[in-house]
Amino acid sequence: MNRVTPETNGVATSSVTRGRRLHPWPVRIMHWVNAVVMLIMITSGWGIYDDDVVIRGFHFSSFWRLGDWAAWSLNWHFAGMWFLVINGLIYLVYGFVSGRFREKLLPIRPTDVVQTVIDTLHFKIAHEDITVYNAVQKLLYIVVILAGVSQVITGIAIWKPVQFSGLVSLLGGFQNARVLHFAGMAVIVGFLIVHLALALLVPKTLWAMIAGGPRLKPGGRAKEGHVA
Amino acid sequence: MRSPFRPDMLPDARVLDDHRPLIRSLERRGLIRSGLSLGALVMLTGCDVRRPEAVESALLAISRLNDDVQALLFDPNKLAPTYPASMILRPPKFNAYYDVTDVKPVIAATWRLELAGLIADKRAWTLADLQALPQTSIVIKHICVEGWSYIGGWTGVPLRVFLERVGADLRAKYVAFKTADNYPSSIDMASALHPQTLLALQYGGETLADPFGYPLRLRTAVKLGYKNPKWVTAIEVTNKYPGGYWEALGFPWFAGI
Repeated sequence: MNRVTPETNGVATSSVTRGRRLHPWPVRIMHWVNAVVMLIMITSGWGIYDDDVVIRGFHFSSFWRLGDWAAWSLNWHFAGMWFLVINGLIYLVYGFVSGRFREKLLPIRPTDVVQTVIDTLHFKIAHEDITVYNAVQKLLYIVVILAGVSQVITGIAIWKPVQFSGLVSLLGGFQNARVLHFAGMAVIVGFLIVHLALALLVPKTLWAMIAGGPRLKPGGRAKEGHVA
Repeated sequence: MRSPFRPDMLPDARVLDDHRPLIRSLERRGLIRSGLSLGALVMLTGCDVRRPEAVESALLAISRLNDDVQALLFDPNKLAPTYPASMILRPPKFNAYYDVTDVKPVIAATWRLELAGLIADKRAWTLADLQALPQTSIVIKHICVEGWSYIGGWTGVPLRVFLERVGADLRAKYVAFKTADNYPSSIDMASALHPQTLLALQYGGETLADPFGYPLRLRTAVKLGYKNPKWVTAIEVTNKYPGGYWEALGFPWFAGI
């Protein structure tokens, strides 16, 4: 009789030796959905912003605005919000349950942050092993995730300031909530500029987010590549 | 050269002859149909690249879905925050689809509030009739869809009191408004019955000024600014979707806050 123990089971063995990808497929799908939805939310938000600016004299030209006037910017924004919230919620649950957040984003030591900043200023940007984030990367990813969550909260406050009047007063009033919603956008756009610049500087990170990237050892690091 | 697509063995010529009219008509119809749809597609994408029809209708479908979600989120017992009278902005902020210099004042002596639809007593109301009804004052925030806001103080007849007085069907879906400045508007019945929804006659303790809707305007704390028609001339209670001025141009209908 052929007795197949769990250890010698062909499927189990192959999955152990093959290892999981740096970016498993759910992460990649959520990333690209978020990329499209974020662009929709940001550019339609600029269209809504333009009717009553937060910063006097600061406008977005029509090239940067999604929707040819406020009504359509608003409709884009209120359609995009569902995709942002649903995709974002799945991402947060996935990140916590799978352990990805803990594995990729923690721990962050202040001394590491300082060291990475110093290294970067000396153009010593280590990117041989794209499976391990440096302290600044970790910090930026945490900041942008929190900014995304904050955008949903301030967004709900300015969408329904009467139904959620408690939230509005917690945020310092309706106009304050608007400014916070605008500031959250600025944080996300700032992140995007750095994120895009680095992805273009190190194209294999971009490819990894499409194809999945290198396979990981059980410890979570790449099987090949330099680890300093 | 012989076509590589031509079959080696041709079917019996009689078979083709028997079905020739059918084949011909199919070809002709198909060609015309595909030609037309190709032309339509070119025109569709050519007419407005920034706002193609398919995208527009998808966005409007989601906007209608959002109207339903907003109705679910609306708590008829939730009151909007109120403020002390000292915070009232004087005069209030003017906003309309035209400039303040184009406001055409309404003559109160000949003005009447007409009633229509699912209302038992459709007799028209004069300003004096409305002033004789119980009045309520609220100091609430006006929030415009554009983003600006101000605190205003309004006095008038709660719409609920008025609708009950005239015997309106309170189970109807919509309360619609016609105005002297041709700015149709409508709200859902639940919002119409909210205690902070007024047929306003006064601002800051004084008779409404001409630019702000004299003699009568709607002022509700639970909707964005554009759901507050000024110079109201008629109210209709209906189950047929009445729409509104900005709604017809693409803005969301429910616009609850």
